[in-house]
Amino acid sequence: MSSTQAPEHTDPAEDHGNHPTPRKYVHIAIVLAVLTALEVSTYFFDFGVIAIPLLIVLMIVKFLYVAGWFMHLKFDSRTYSRLMYTGLFFALGLYILVVVITLFDSAWTP
Amino acid sequence: MGVDHRKLGMWAFLGSEFLFFGGFVTAYLLYLESTAGGVGVEVFDIPFTSISSFVLLMSSLTMVLAHHAHTRGDLRRMRLWILATAGQGMVFLGGQVYEFNVFYREGLVLTDSPFASAFYVLTGFHGVHVFIGILMLLSIFVFSLIGKIKPNQHLKTEMIGLYWHFVDIIWVVIFTVVYLIPEIAVL
Repeated sequence: MSSTQAPEHTDPAEDHGNHPTPRKYVHIAIVLAVLTALEVSTYFFDFGVIAIPLLIVLMIVKFLYVAGWFMHLKFDSRTYSRLMYTGLFFALGLYILVVVITLFDSAWTP
Repeated sequence: MGVDHRKLGMWAFLGSEFLFFGGFVTAYLLYLESTAGGVGVEVFDIPFTSISSFVLLMSSLTMVLAHHAHTRGDLRRMRLWILATAGQGMVFLGGQVYEFNVFYREGLVLTDSPFASAFYVLTGFHGVHVFIGILMLLSIFVFSLIGKIKPNQHLKTEMIGLYWHFVDIIWVVIFTVVYLIPEIAVL
């Protein structure tokens, strides 16, 4: 059960030499915390017409920060990113399709 | 920068999970105003949900620190961060159970309206994902304690980390789209 035993084998997939340091991860977490505080402030203060666009931008930035830094997509093979974006593309496509169908349905209903 | 088939499989699974949650988010947005005369988004307690969202967001930091410790072969520190992550997950889940109880008492009942059904199904499924994540975290903690996970096997921590960060990233979307935007639109 030793924590310091020598590796039994070296798996090429487990080479993480270019990944960030814990300090960098803490910096990213601080940025995420600040962005979350900004998000929540839209509930307490009146941001007018920019509130919803601002929330969407903040959501996308937070999403990209977590995916890029914590999920390592910034450093890993682009194949993984493509798989994620494929899922997102279909999810967004589904939403657009449903909205279009709903609009057509309501327009044609007497 | 090669492609590992295990990570590829995990990313294919996560890609499909985006579509899974995308369907529920779509249903929620579609039924946002279908409250059948009952309780709507005004029932949400944004300050409370903000705190639980923050806790879940910070659990991603402890998760990535657990993975980093494992890559350096430091299993003791890895276990510490894993426990911290699982603990934060439990706090989030406890908050969700409390929130559901409050909503239920205030009249937001699962079968009362399309809005209530869409809300509970979306956030409930997310809660189930958090619960599964906690089970995986506790499993890797126990396996590393009994020596089933070695210092050079950090891909296992990374895979669980990917799942955990995914759960966090979905909540980033849910918190904005389900809680904040409709609440602001109503005000």
